[in-house]
Amino acid sequence: MNKQVEIKKASPKDFETDQEVRWCPGCGDYAILKGVQMALANTGSTPENTVFVSGIGCSSRFPYYVSTYGFHTIHGRAPGFATGIKLANPELEVWLVTGDGDGLSIGGNHMLHVLRRNLNIQIMLFNNEIYGLTKGQYSPTSKPGLKTPSTPMGSVDAPLSPCVFALGAGARFVARGIDTSLKELPGTLARAKEHVGASFVEIFQNCIVYNDNVFGEFTAKKTAKDTQLHVKHGEKMIFGKEVQKGLRFNSEKFGLEVVTIGEEGITEDDILVHDETNRHMAFMLCELETPDFPVICGVIYCNPAESYESSVHYQVEQAKQNKKADFNALLHSGRTWVVD
Amino acid sequence: MSGQHSSQINDPAIQELDSVVVRFAGDSGDGMQLTGTQFSVVTALEGSDLSTFPDFPAEIRAPVGTTFGVSAFQINFGSVEVSTAGDEPDVLVIMNPAALKVNLANLRTGGMIILDEGAFNAKNLKKAGYETNPLDDNSLSHYDVKRMDITKMTVETVKEFGLGNKDSLRCKNMWTLGLLLWMFGRKRQPIVDSLEQKFSNKPDIAQANIAALNAGHAFGETAEMSSNLRRYHVEKYKEAPGTYRTVNGNQSLSWGILAGSQLADLQLVLGSYPITPASPLLHILSGLKEFGVITFQAEDEIAAICGAIGSSFAGCLGMTTSSGPGIALKTEAIGLAITTELPLIIVDIQRAGPSTGLPTKTEQSDLYQAVWGRNGDAPIVVLSVSNSTDGFDVGIEAVRIATKYMTPVMILSDGYIANASEPWKIPDINDYEPFPAKFHKETEGFHPSLRDPETLARVWAKPGTEGLMHRIGGIEKDHDSGHISYDAANHQKMTNVRKAKIDNIANDMPLQEVSQGESGGKLAVVGWGSTYGAIHQAVKRKRKEGMDVSHIHLRHIWPLPRNLGELLNSYDKVIVAEMNVGQLNTLLRSQYLLDTDLLSKVSGQPFKISEITDAIVKNLGDAK
Repeated sequence: MNKQVEIKKASPKDFETDQEVRWCPGCGDYAILKGVQMALANTGSTPENTVFVSGIGCSSRFPYYVSTYGFHTIHGRAPGFATGIKLANPELEVWLVTGDGDGLSIGGNHMLHVLRRNLNIQIMLFNNEIYGLTKGQYSPTSKPGLKTPSTPMGSVDAPLSPCVFALGAGARFVARGIDTSLKELPGTLARAKEHVGASFVEIFQNCIVYNDNVFGEFTAKKTAKDTQLHVKHGEKMIFGKEVQKGLRFNSEKFGLEVVTIGEEGITEDDILVHDETNRHMAFMLCELETPDFPVICGVIYCNPAESYESSVHYQVEQAKQNKKADFNALLHSGRTWVVD
Repeated sequence: MSGQHSSQINDPAIQELDSVVVRFAGDSGDGMQLTGTQFSVVTALEGSDLSTFPDFPAEIRAPVGTTFGVSAFQINFGSVEVSTAGDEPDVLVIMNPAALKVNLANLRTGGMIILDEGAFNAKNLKKAGYETNPLDDNSLSHYDVKRMDITKMTVETVKEFGLGNKDSLRCKNMWTLGLLLWMFGRKRQPIVDSLEQKFSNKPDIAQANIAALNAGHAFGETAEMSSNLRRYHVEKYKEAPGTYRTVNGNQSLSWGILAGSQLADLQLVLGSYPITPASPLLHILSGLKEFGVITFQAEDEIAAICGAIGSSFAGCLGMTTSSGPGIALKTEAIGLAITTELPLIIVDIQRAGPSTGLPTKTEQSDLYQAVWGRNGDAPIVVLSVSNSTDGFDVGIEAVRIATKYMTPVMILSDGYIANASEPWKIPDINDYEPFPAKFHKETEGFHPSLRDPETLARVWAKPGTEGLMHRIGGIEKDHDSGHISYDAANHQKMTNVRKAKIDNIANDMPLQEVSQGESGGKLAVVGWGSTYGAIHQAVKRKRKEGMDVSHIHLRHIWPLPRNLGELLNSYDKVIVAEMNVGQLNTLLRSQYLLDTDLLSKVSGQPFKISEITDAIVKNLGDAK
């Protein structure tokens, strides 16, 4: 008779390491780490088949604190390493951890291409709009005018929006979360993992030392309901403390606007339904900023396609079927002659 | 025509030659590389020893008729051992005035020029910068000039195929090749076959080219007397029995590394970014997917090597290919592979530098970069390739060392041997001893810094293995746990271990042999890489004259062979001949406190044999 054994499901604790976590006390990374460990446990990840890859920066210390395989690489280049890992073994679950400096400045090129290629990995970009590990210089997402050690008179750089960049690069999964929103973040990460192809998740992360409260305008718990809109596919984009505000498409302005249900004849029917497969809508949602608009969180765009590594392996399998691998025959290919 | 060691045989119409150097030169669009390659193939099939030197510009299509658009292909073939493409041509084939202008200086007095006088029109002469026509102003009187209107004769030959003017003119190279095949008694059929195959979709073009080939051959036969052309005979070279093919340095190296991965029982993953002259490795390996080879053309040099390292981390054999400027970009990642102790093959097909330098010209100036060019104390293994066929064994050796010692290995080749072809006795993969890679499985006592006490190699535990989850990275790791460590004494210890691991590989390498001559004596010429052929011939000639000179050629650049210091000390004098301004020379002087002399050349061209014999004579004088 067959014995029935109990399959032990991993818990968030199973994804903790014995290493002392060395982020600053109060850093948003602690909450994200918790959220990731929850997501891993909830989605049935196994430590031995999971790899965390990172570049350089505060966020990139992440792999040391997750009990899976991990590779802490060099600045900005994690996408290259992740590509090699997935090409070598497509079965591995690969998470890439990066920041606004690592992923969009020194590694912007690689971020563009890993998204474009659609490598089947999850990319978490911790955006704190500052360089933390090098002590507080401005980053490519810093707001203009930010005074830092390298911009004593204020930054004159125009910032970029990570999610708009990702969409522009051809990402087929774009989502947003907030470090401390542990109610939503694990679910968003679970969706990212479920998605086949490159999943890009921007996580607003508070740097308590060099850029404290930079996202306070929309992360403050008190006002969050009016400043955040967590979108869900197929549901109307309604938000606000009174659940009466919503997003409407204004065809004259060719853009989104915030309207209030019950005012000026607006009804629920006027509110846009979120369609996560609509790339145009995704662009518009990603560009919304406070104070005129809520910041959009959740899965903004999801439109899967064949992943890079599976196409590469498909060609290898095709070649194997079409031609026998015979090394000596390879060496004898082309013109040969015999000396007696 | 003299060639090497010429002598008359019974048939007075045919002159016997031991070896001969032919150089084809024309515009980039004249198809000189194809002509030279085809001539090499039939020459090899006839059993000659040979060595080729494709010499082409960096521009894909420079303006037609200009000197900087001149493309040349030199071949040296003979019944005697040939190991360079020859110092200077015996026969210079010239397709336009610019080609004459660029190549004449290298032709010795009395050398033969076969030229297409149809191309020496006012327009082409002006483009080449000639004020008067060299065919008319007596400037070629010191040479044996065979002028013929190849353009006109080709156009007439192919008229019946109704090609346009452009396609008709493109057949000129086949006409010329036909003439050369007649001169040297080589068969046309292999070329006919290859034309039919190449233009299988354009039978008109194929037939026109074949007609031109035949017409050039017929011209030789019928015009023999009137044009003073004659035939030459080069006897077969007595090579060891076996099956042969021609191979160039990029081919042999690609196949060698693939062979190594098969012997190591590892899937090969190449991360690469196109760069001259290394791109052919990417092309070759991309065409070998049936062996499970995965190629990743990355967005840049850095992503390419990072992909290779990632695949090694995940249990494959990672490899990256580039040339000097690309290797510079990969430097930080090489440091990571060193500190995380992962196997990695890095191929540097060197070209003339610094910076972009001369992309299509050869040089050996990346030795410092290979051995010393990283931040921190970051030792790796460096091997070099000596000729077009050597890449096969070097590739296998690189994989053996990389996987046994968990280290990056850099292979230095260069633009000369990358493109140059030589006959190769085809090896049998079954004659090589497999060295299957070992993956760690044991969970008891595991940590990522565990090492083999003998080789000092770190364990290779690949993701997907239960119970061996671990984190590695660029931060210093604790010697006894693999966790990150900022401890001062630990860093000293780890730096020492990394150095000792690489130094120790010298004990697993063959002793340095003297490739020609004796251990000890008056003079040794030391070389590495593609200078092998020129040094070999130079030392051979001088030894024949009774001079006490030996040739030592290094394959292992770092670590150096363990007997090398002693060996070099056994000569009164040591000359280091290299195509840079003294990189191996500095290395040897620093390692052995040895007063070596340098013979340096950085003109983008390989050494001539005579440049090395001159240096030998200068050092030994008349002493025998």
